[in-house]
Amino acid sequence: MSDKTITFTIDEVEVKARPGQTIMEAADEAAIYIPRLCSLKGLSPFGACRVCTVLVNGRPQSSCTQPAAPGIVVENASERLHDIRQDIVEMLFVEGNHFCMFCEKSGNCELQAMGYRLGMMEPKYPRLWPRRELDASHPDIFIDRDRCILCARCIRASREQDGKHILGFLGRGPHKRVTPDSSDGLVQTDAAVADAAVAACPVGSLMRKRVGFGIPIGQRKYDHRPIGSDIESGAEVPDERK
Amino acid sequence: MDETLKKAVEEICQARGNDAGAMMDIVRQVQARFRGVSEEAIDLIAAQCHVPRVDVAGVVSFYAFLSTASKGQVVIRLCDDVIDRMYGAVAIAEAFSHELGIEMGQTTPDGKITLEWAPCMGLSDQAPAALVNDVPVTHLSTDKARHLIQSLRRYMDPSRLVERLGDGNNAHELVGAMVMNNVRKVGPVIFAPLGPGEAMKKALAMSPAEVIRDVKTARLRGRGGAGFPTGIKWEFTRAAAGSKKYVLCNADEGEPGTFKDRVILTEQPDLLAEGMAIAGYAIGADEGILYLRAEYAYLRRFLEQVLQRRREAGLLGKDVCGKKGFNFDIRIQMGAGAYICGEETSLISSCEGTRGDPKNRPPFPAQKGYRGCPTVVNNVETFCCAARVLEKGAGWFAQLGSPGSAGTKLLSISGDCLRPGVYEVEFGIKLTEVLRMAGGQEAQAVVVGGPSGQIVSAADFERPICYDHLATGGSLMIFGPQRDVLEIVEHFLDFFIEESCGYCTPCRVGNVLMKERVARIRSGKGELADLGYLERLGQTIKTASRCGLGQTSPNPMLSTLRKFRSAYDSRLVQQAGPFQSAFDIQAALAQAKEVQGRASVLFSGERHHR
Ligand SMILES: Cc1cc2nc3c(=O)[nH]c(=O)nc-3n(C[C@H](O)[C@H](O)[C@H](O)COP(=O)(O)O)c2cc1C
Ligand code: SF4
Ligand code: SF4
Ligand code: FES
Repeated sequence: MSDKTITFTIDEVEVKARPGQTIMEAADEAAIYIPRLCSLKGLSPFGACRVCTVLVNGRPQSSCTQPAAPGIVVENASERLHDIRQDIVEMLFVEGNHFCMFCEKSGNCELQAMGYRLGMMEPKYPRLWPRRELDASHPDIFIDRDRCILCARCIRASREQDGKHILGFLGRGPHKRVTPDSSDGLVQTDAAVADAAVAACPVGSLMRKRVGFGIPIGQRKYDHRPIGSDIESGAEVPDERK
Repeated sequence: MDETLKKAVEEICQARGNDAGAMMDIVRQVQARFRGVSEEAIDLIAAQCHVPRVDVAGVVSFYAFLSTASKGQVVIRLCDDVIDRMYGAVAIAEAFSHELGIEMGQTTPDGKITLEWAPCMGLSDQAPAALVNDVPVTHLSTDKARHLIQSLRRYMDPSRLVERLGDGNNAHELVGAMVMNNVRKVGPVIFAPLGPGEAMKKALAMSPAEVIRDVKTARLRGRGGAGFPTGIKWEFTRAAAGSKKYVLCNADEGEPGTFKDRVILTEQPDLLAEGMAIAGYAIGADEGILYLRAEYAYLRRFLEQVLQRRREAGLLGKDVCGKKGFNFDIRIQMGAGAYICGEETSLISSCEGTRGDPKNRPPFPAQKGYRGCPTVVNNVETFCCAARVLEKGAGWFAQLGSPGSAGTKLLSISGDCLRPGVYEVEFGIKLTEVLRMAGGQEAQAVVVGGPSGQIVSAADFERPICYDHLATGGSLMIFGPQRDVLEIVEHFLDFFIEESCGYCTPCRVGNVLMKERVARIRSGKGELADLGYLERLGQTIKTASRCGLGQTSPNPMLSTLRKFRSAYDSRLVQQAGPFQSAFDIQAALAQAKEVQGRASVLFSGERHHR
């Protein structure tokens, strides 16, 4: 590495980074997993889910947006942060309507996998049972907003990778929701089944139709290894879409 | 296609160069003209400005003063502040509803009048208050509410609701408001007179670096809440790369219980303009933007005239004050009803014409702010202080106040006291002294710094108001012994739920969860374990939220858990043994039924499929 290399520590382990890298990128290359949901390799950082919160010199920061800097002391795998992350994941569960036992994303779902990884049992929070609209207007793709975690991965992938803008956000606060770029459903946009946007959804919200159970439960991505294990095993940073 | 709409939208967009950066002005104007920004209008704006329609729809849906549905010719916004509630806002809402035959949130069938709640509109010292279109109506009573509706029915003219003009510039022909300044204590910094250009001329005789040095020597810190040293902020912005820089004045004043910026805008707009120009000179900016909250739209024409007068006097524009090469002008950017836009990066998003989401930091505004250029964002009062520092000298300013907190502070005092209003006090003053001045000695609790601040009890009344003890951006709400602190906490949580931008999980969801549990305790169904639950939840929200809103929204709950513990304890269900006595079997069964009803809906195809 060049003399511009940044050196810092994560949980007392020395980590190196190149200028411009985020703490999360540097951690990935050092085979240290920082839990995340809205971050996806290849997309601009967004900083929305807050699952990747770490302490930088004692101050909370989202590691997916925070640049690595020389000499910083990063706390990641502590009990305190584990609890915070578990709280956040539980918030996401109760905020939507998640019925994993009959969701076609089960086993491939990053939210579910994160729940398992963080040792979540039943959420400690009451379910909010929101009423959310389904958009099944498109012949090949549907949006089941019950499962949406508002991570904007679809929105970013559409704009940054597909060169389209099939979706955006409406409303604010608890009323915030994804919406297609039309007043009349996804079918009125140029969304296509092969869009990076569709593959970018971490949960069962933006989904391809008719392939739900193509891969049987039991043989799915997170059925055998917890989310994050490929990073921890030092493999190249995975694209969670594959 | 509606041809009138099409033509109007095209004109509105073209008048702003079809610039999506001017989206706030565009949608505000369409809203004013057509009483809403319809789906069709959204399509037209998107086509005209070459942006995705979903982005335009995203903006319209973000701001409370904008709507896709058409609103009434007259919109009555009744202030939902906790102080207004204490002074009978609910009864007034009922009077309005009854008189109009509609519920809050509805429009009369003839499309004439819309009735809705709105968060604090900066009039807590003359509560209960409402905005009727742009016109503030203060000191409402149920009788007045009925008369108001009768007048509207008859004339459909909100300006006729102003019976008596307020004091000072509230009576100015371009303001014409019944609002009162209620300035109870004038101090040497904000409310002292200033000759035209007096502060600017002194600044322009120095180098920009010297101006910054003076602001630093004066130990001026931000008055908007966070208290960042102003000189250092200016220095960073000056040093940041880029030839184009901006000065942004934060006149969003959304923190409930704060109204001192309104009084500055009404009485000392020249002092503010001088401060902004001085900042422009110091950092090397030629453009200033005054972001004015939508609730203060009634001050806009007056402020425009102030700016115009200054241009004509050579105090704005080209070669300001005769200083060759120093050009600086100020324009007003209107907001559209969003507390979060007071957060400095949201303010920038809003000025850029997008949803008022905060931005990721770094980069900080001083590095990359408005339109990617280095930008200084300061509160109204901060700019005024800076102008005074330059006029009277850094040493003069620094000797006012206390060691860590130089100068004076404007307090907006409201609630259970005899003399609500604006007080200019020196930092370091004890809260008891402030309560005495305001006639609020009976206080049981004082909310210092608004809902995002803290709720303190008598044990803290001897502490001083300053950055290191009782810090406040200006809001001081007084609550007498008859008030229920849990009701206040719950009300503040409602405010945060509505005003969260919804970007990040802990704030978007966490506030809803906090409110649920506080409400449960308040209704007498809480149990001991709920207190630990709330404590942990509050800490998670504070730690993990993305911006200042979520990082502070648990404060009222957490501070009362400590200082008003008995308010919680006394309402808990008494537990005998380890059983959850708070578990209500009937409620659970009702819930299960509801859940089941919904589950069957899932499969009956009743849900909305598009
Ligand atoms: C949710 C939220 C709302 C805010 N509202 C305001 C406001 O209305 N006015 C203001 O001056 N600062 C407000 N702030 C603080 C600004 O982010 C910023 O710190 C301030 O404008 C900087 O100016 P100062 O240094 O002069 O205080 C708010 C912050 C947050 C997190
Ligand atoms: S649809 Fe999927 S990708 Fe898009 S915001 Fe929702 S959860 Fe994220
Ligand atoms: S804390 Fe998060 S959701 Fe709340 S206002 Fe800030 S960015 Fe938005
Ligand atoms: S992964 Fe960093 S905030 Fe979501």
